[in-house]
Amino acid sequence: MNKKTIVEKTVQLGFFLCAVVAIFAVCSITVYMFLKGTPALSKVGVFHLLFGTEWMPTAADPAYGIFYIILSSVVGTAMSVAIGVPIALMTAVFLSEIAEKHVASVVGGAVELLAAIPSVIYGLMGMMILNPWMYKLEQAIYSGDATHQFTGGANLLSAILVLAIMILPTVISVSTSSLKAVTDSMRSASLALGATKIQTIFNVVLPAAKSGILTGVVLGIGRALGEAMAINMVAGGTVNIPLPFNSVRFLTTQLVSEMGYAQGLHRQVLFTVGLVLYIFIMIVNLILLRTRKKGVEHD
Amino acid sequence: MISQKRKIADSLVYGLIYLCVALSVALLAGIILYVFVKGVSHVNWEFMTTVTSVLRGTVGIAGNIVNTLYIIVITMLIATPIGVGTAIYLNEYAKPGKIVSLIEFATETLAGIPSIIFGLFGMMFFGQTLGLGYSILTGSLTLILMVLPLITRNTQEALKTVPDSYRNGAIGLGAGKWHMIRTVLLPSAMPGIITGVILAIGRIVGESAALLFTAGSAKTLPKTLSMLFPKIFQSGGSLTIQLYLSATSEGDFDSAFAIALVLLVIVLLINMGTKWLAKRFDVSRIQ
Repeated sequence: MNKKTIVEKTVQLGFFLCAVVAIFAVCSITVYMFLKGTPALSKVGVFHLLFGTEWMPTAADPAYGIFYIILSSVVGTAMSVAIGVPIALMTAVFLSEIAEKHVASVVGGAVELLAAIPSVIYGLMGMMILNPWMYKLEQAIYSGDATHQFTGGANLLSAILVLAIMILPTVISVSTSSLKAVTDSMRSASLALGATKIQTIFNVVLPAAKSGILTGVVLGIGRALGEAMAINMVAGGTVNIPLPFNSVRFLTTQLVSEMGYAQGLHRQVLFTVGLVLYIFIMIVNLILLRTRKKGVEHD
Repeated sequence: MISQKRKIADSLVYGLIYLCVALSVALLAGIILYVFVKGVSHVNWEFMTTVTSVLRGTVGIAGNIVNTLYIIVITMLIATPIGVGTAIYLNEYAKPGKIVSLIEFATETLAGIPSIIFGLFGMMFFGQTLGLGYSILTGSLTLILMVLPLITRNTQEALKTVPDSYRNGAIGLGAGKWHMIRTVLLPSAMPGIITGVILAIGRIVGESAALLFTAGSAKTLPKTLSMLFPKIFQSGGSLTIQLYLSATSEGDFDSAFAIALVLLVIVLLINMGTKWLAKRFDVSRIQ
C-alpha cells in the first residue's frame, strides 16, 4: 500500500467511526434504561409498581404505585393531541391552500418561532397566565364543594393546554409540507367537477395527504409524551387520578421533581418510571418509522 | 350552481380556519409581548454582568450566561465533527445495506428521544459511571447525543445538493477522495452545515430537562483565568435552568422574565440567522 491509500483508508475508517456513534448511543441508552429500570420491578413487584395507585415513597411503610402517573401521561397526551391537532390542521390548510404567498410566509415564520421558544418559557407563561385563569374557573365550578382539593389552577387542564400549544408547530409544519406535496392536478380535477374550494380541500387534498398528516400527529404525540419542564411548572405536583381539576404528575414531571433527592428504592422506582416513558417513546418511534415508510411508498 | 346551504357551510369553515390561524399567530405575538413587557425593565447592565450574591446584594445572570456559552462550545466542538462525519460516511462512502439502514435508524431514534431521557441517561452514564458528577462536561456530553441527528441530517441534505459533476470533476482531475471531500464537497456544503450548527445551538440554548440532572445549577463565575478550564468539571446552570429555578423554588419572577427575554432575543437572532442563510444560499433546514 502506498501512502495515499493508507491516508484514504484511515479517513474512511474515521468517518465510519463517526457514523457508529449514533448506533452506540442508542444501544447504550437502551441498555442503561433497562439495566437501571428493572431492579425496582422485582423488588416492589411488577403488578404493585405498575398498577398500584398509592405513591408514598418517603412514608415509614412506603408504597410505590405509579399507575396514576402512567395514566396521567396517557390522558394528558391524548387530550392535548385531541385539542392541538384540529387547530394545527386548520392552520396547515390555510398555509398550503388558502393564504397568499406573503401572508403564508409571515404565518409560517410565526409557527417556526413557536417551535423555537424554549419549553421553560412556555412553562413560565402557563404559570403566570393560564394558572390564574384555571383557578378562577375552578373556584366557579367547585364553589361550596367541601371535598374538592383546590389546586390554585396548577392542574391537568393547564398542562393539557400548554401541551396542545407546544405540539402545534410540529403538527403544522409536517402537515403543511404533506399538503403541499399533493399534485395540483387533483385539485383542478375536483374543482372542474364543480366542487367548491372547501369541498376540494376536505374531500380531496386532505385524504391525499393522509399519511403525511399522520406522521405529523405521531410526532406531536411523541413531543407531548416527552415534554417535561413546561408541564412540571403548570401541572401541580401530586400523584393523582387524572381529572381536569386535579393536580397531577406525569412520567416526565415525576422524574424532574423527585430525581434530585430520591434515595435507595425510591430512586430505583424513578428509573422504572424513566423506563416506562422510554418504552412508550420507542413505540411511538416505531409507529413513526412505519407511517413514514408508508408515506414514501405512497408518493 | 352552488346551493345556498353549501355557501353558508363553506363560509363557516373559512371562519374556523381563520380563527385557528389567528390563534396560532396570536399565541406567538402574545408570548413575545408579555415576556417583553414583564422582562424589559429588569434587563440591565448589572443584571447581565453580575452574579447573584446575597453578600453583595446583587442579582445577576453572568454566571449562567458563561455556563451556557461553555456548554454550547464544548457540545458543538465534539458534536459537529461527528455529525458531519456521519453524514459524509452515509452520503459518500457507504453502499446501501444493513449498516446504513442501521445508522439511519439510530439517527432517527435519537431524534425522537425526549430530552428528559437524555438527561436521565447522561446522569447515570456520564455523571455516575464515568464519575463526572454534576458538571458542565456531563451536560455537554449529554447534549452531544441530542444534537447529533440535527447536524447529521442538515449536512446530509446539503451534501445531496452538491452535483455529482463536482465530485467526478475533482476525481477525474486526479484528486483522492479525501482531497475531493476537503476541497470541493465541504466548501460547497458549508452553508447547509452552518445551518445545522446554528439550529443545534438554538436547541442547546433552549434545553433544560437534559441539563437539570447533568450540568446542575451553580451560577458562579470562574474566579481566575487559571480556573477557566477546571470550570468544565464543576456544576454550572444554564440560562434555562436559572429561569426554571427563579420561577419555581426561588419565586423570583422578575428575574425569570428577564431571563426569558434574553432567551427570546437569542432564539429570534438564531431564527433570523438560519433564515438569512436559507435565502442567501438556498439551503433547506431540517429542524
